[in-house]
This record gives sequence, structure tokens and C-alpha cells, in this order.
Amino acid sequence: MSGRVEGKVALVTGAGRGQGRSHAVRLAEEGADIIAVDICRPVDTVTYPMADAADLAETARLVEAEGRRVVTREVDVRDYEKLAAGVADGIAELGGLEIVVANAGIASYAPGHEISDAAWNEMIDIDLKGVWHSIKAAAPTLLAQRAGSVVICASAAGLIGSPGLAHYVAAKHGAIGLMRAFANELGPEMIRVNAVCPTQVDTPMIMHGEVFRMFRPDLDNPTKDDIVEVSTNMNLLPVPWVENRDVSNAVLFLASDEARYVTGLPLTVDAGISVKVAV
Amino acid sequence: MGKLDGKVALITGAARGQGRAEAVRLAEEGADIVAVDICAQIATVPFALATEEDLEETVRRVEATGRRIVAATADTRRIDQLHAALERGVTALGRLDIAVANAGISSWAPAVEITEEQWDDVLETNLKGVWNTCKVAVPEIRRHGEGGALVLTSSVAGLHGYANLAAYTSAKHGLVGLMRVLGMELGPEKIRVNTIHPGTVNTPMLLNDAVYELFCPDMEKPTEADIREVAAGLNPMPTPWVEASDVANAVAFLVSDDARFITGATLPIDAGENLIN
Repeated sequence: MSGRVEGKVALVTGAGRGQGRSHAVRLAEEGADIIAVDICRPVDTVTYPMADAADLAETARLVEAEGRRVVTREVDVRDYEKLAAGVADGIAELGGLEIVVANAGIASYAPGHEISDAAWNEMIDIDLKGVWHSIKAAAPTLLAQRAGSVVICASAAGLIGSPGLAHYVAAKHGAIGLMRAFANELGPEMIRVNAVCPTQVDTPMIMHGEVFRMFRPDLDNPTKDDIVEVSTNMNLLPVPWVENRDVSNAVLFLASDEARYVTGLPLTVDAGISVKVAV
Repeated sequence: MGKLDGKVALITGAARGQGRAEAVRLAEEGADIVAVDICAQIATVPFALATEEDLEETVRRVEATGRRIVAATADTRRIDQLHAALERGVTALGRLDIAVANAGISSWAPAVEITEEQWDDVLETNLKGVWNTCKVAVPEIRRHGEGGALVLTSSVAGLHGYANLAAYTSAKHGLVGLMRVLGMELGPEKIRVNTIHPGTVNTPMLLNDAVYELFCPDMEKPTEADIREVAAGLNPMPTPWVEASDVANAVAFLVSDDARFITGATLPIDAGENLIN
């Protein structure tokens, strides 16, 4: 049986692990070849480790295990020239590009007026400018073939103002704006642009001490188990977080021809966090 | 008696346009003003920015209302400059209650053709500059413990996506996010945070040759008269643009006690442009 994105090529940024790896593997399961890029080194203002080269290699292994081809590049989405070169290499090797999943992102935490200049800059540069770069690098190919689907990995924080991460919320709201502008510009060329907006996802970006302490300031050394109740209370559906695959299924839908007339949509995969009314 | 008697308001981009109208309007309601403007050109902006003479004119108009004003040249991208300007203002005027983050620029191109420099100038001025403004204002507002109001100048492009304005649209959407977080964080201290969303406004940012060419790409040397019809087509209400005073009226409302429990609002002042999208 033919897959839902059979024979297509997808660029996935931040593919070293977490949601990015999951998107790469899910799209591969449905027949896509993958251009997988990741920074594979630390960034300055986050407290948790980034993916490394071994992580990206593991993503490649998992894609190949699905019988698909993969091209990997260690690329910082802030560096447009290097990103464009990596994308060009992938297109040359895999023969095309139809799907863009702009997933690379970071998170850090502080009250809005206490965020450092460095943290603000790094956040806006990776979580917003990096998305623009990713689409920019792919656009000439998509425009030339007058077909393609772009999925921006935003967040429920692209729709609501979760306290404690103003720079992240600004970047993710900005990404929704970028999605809407690109949707308007590329729609006439039959290129669709959408966003996914997850709630907390069980990934290394949030499953670490800084987040545990923010969720449970009352405990000295909180663990993942200690945040289940707080995290569940934030969502409308009684779950503490969603899994990577839940987000990947939404990405797959938007990337596939099943969504051929869906564009400009911020698709929530958020257990209802963005519509929950506090009572 | 004015709605803002005894209050002090910081306004960025105050040399002309919306910022000047806001300074004068708030002064009419009794507020003293700290007015800052870059008063210099930013390389990627395709129209002339305000000058020191413009800022002096704002000073004259505020003083004509009988209120005090401290004016300073400062680039909102530079928090040290903003901080120094506000410190001068608070020293002279005694306190701070209100910040209107108005300074902003625009430039345009298809999203995939925007240059790194254009992107950076727009994001740093229109998003980071607003954050910087809030960052310097909040500690001063906190000092007296009586609460206050922040108004972040977004745009209809903070609600919808406009072709050729990807960087501007991203920044203006980002401001809505910033407002929502600051509103949550500062609400307990009675500091209210709202965004305004003007459509086309009769200011030098709209009425200049570069914008005329954007609106009328097929015409040789289009003029203000030529873009009136195109601009009117954006709006359900029969006007090509609103006046800076219309925006200033909305700001005066939001920062006054008339709006004392309004926080987190996204207020359009756009002759209905947001309805068309």
C-alpha cells in the first residue's frame, strides 16, 4: 500500500531528537525521504543539552530502517548560507523537495522584564528567524514546481500568553504571523503553509530540572513524576502532556494531500490548553 | 480636569505621526510626557524617519497644552539609551505610570527576498524595541505600587498575514504574544497591558513615495491621490485611512482609569480592515 506522502522529500529541522526526529520517522513511515538537519551542539542561553551528532545519526538510522533515504547535515538554522547549502545538497541527492517541517526551537524561562538580552536574541533568532530561514531556503524549489506544504512548528504559546517565557511566546506568536504572511504569498502558487501548536510534549526540551522547578517551586528536587498533576491541570483533556507522535500525526496530515486545501491554519495539538476556561 | 492628571507617560517614536499625536492627546488629559525618538535614519527603511526638529515640534505642542515634557533622542533597540532617557524623565517629572511603546518601522519585500538586514532591523525595532521599552518602564511603574498601563503598538498585521510584510507581520504578531505574557505577569500588580492594532493611518510611515509604489506597482510615480482608492478598498468603512488622533484617542482610553479592568485586549483602530481578512 502506498504511503500518505509516498515519493516526496521532506526537510525537517531540529531532527536530531524529540519532535523533529519523530516527524522525520513518521513521514518516512509514510513514504517520504528526509533531509534531516540539526545544530548538534549547545546554544548559550538554555539550561538543557541540545541534540548531538550521535542523536542525528540515530534519526538517520531510524529513517533508513523504514526503507527510506536520508541526508543529514549539522546546521544552525540561524546560519542561512549553511542551511541553504544543506538543503541544496539534500535536494540534489534525493531528487526534490515537497515538504518543509520547520521544527528547530529552544526554550528558556524568566519573567518578561528579567529576560537577558542574550536570551531574548537567541530565542528570536532560533525560534522565529530560523523558521523564516528554513522556508526561505526551500521556497525556490517549491515555487518552481508550484507545489509544496510547509508546516511551522509553533506552540500553544503561539496563541496564548503563558507566563514565564515572554520571548518564547513572542517568537511563537511571531511564527503564526509568519505562517499567515507566507500563506498569503505562496497560496497563489499552490504552496500551503500551516502551523502546529502543541501543548507540553514529552521531549528533552521540557523534561529537565529547570522546568520541573518552575512547575513545582515548592519542592527542592522535583522530578518528572512531580509535575504530572500541575501539567495535567493546565490542559483541558486530563493528560499531563502529549507524545511526539501526536504532533507528528498532525504534521503528517498537513504535509499530505489529504490536506490539499488546508492553508493558513494554526492546528492545535494541545489537549485543549488554548481554549481552557479557568473555573 | 483631565483623565490623566498627575500621571507621567513614556512614549517612544514620539517625534511625529502616531507617537506625537499620543503625546499631545495624553498631555491634553493632564499627563506629563517623556518623549523619545531615534531622530535618525535606519538604513533598510525606504522612507525618511523623524528628525530632531520633529521631536522639538512635539515638545512645543505638548507644552502648548500646559504640560511638562522631557524629550530625548534614543534608539529603542538600545536599552541603555532608553534607560538613560527615562531616568532623565523620571528625575524631572517625578514618576512613571504609563508607557506607550509606539516606535516602529516598516520595509517590504516578498518573504523569501527579505534581506537579513531588513529582517533584523524590523524585528529589533518593532519587537525587541517594545520589549526594551517595557523592561525599562516596569521597574519605574512598580516603584510607586499604584499600578499602571502599557500599550504596545501592534497593527492589523498583528492579527492577519499580509503579503510582502513577513518580517513586519512576524514582529507585530510577536507583540501580541509579549502583551499576553506581560499581562499575565503584571496583572497582580495592577499593571495593565494591551495592544492596539491600527490599519492604514495618515502618518509619514504610510504617506510616502515608497508606499505609493507598493500600493500602485503598475503606475509611474504614483501619488497620495492614487493610493486613496486602493487603501479605501482595504476598509469596510468608507475611508482610506484613519488619523493619528484616532489612534491616540484609543490609547488615551486604554491608559486611563476608564479602562481600569481592561488588560489583554487587542484593540483594532482600522475602519474595519481586520474584518475583511
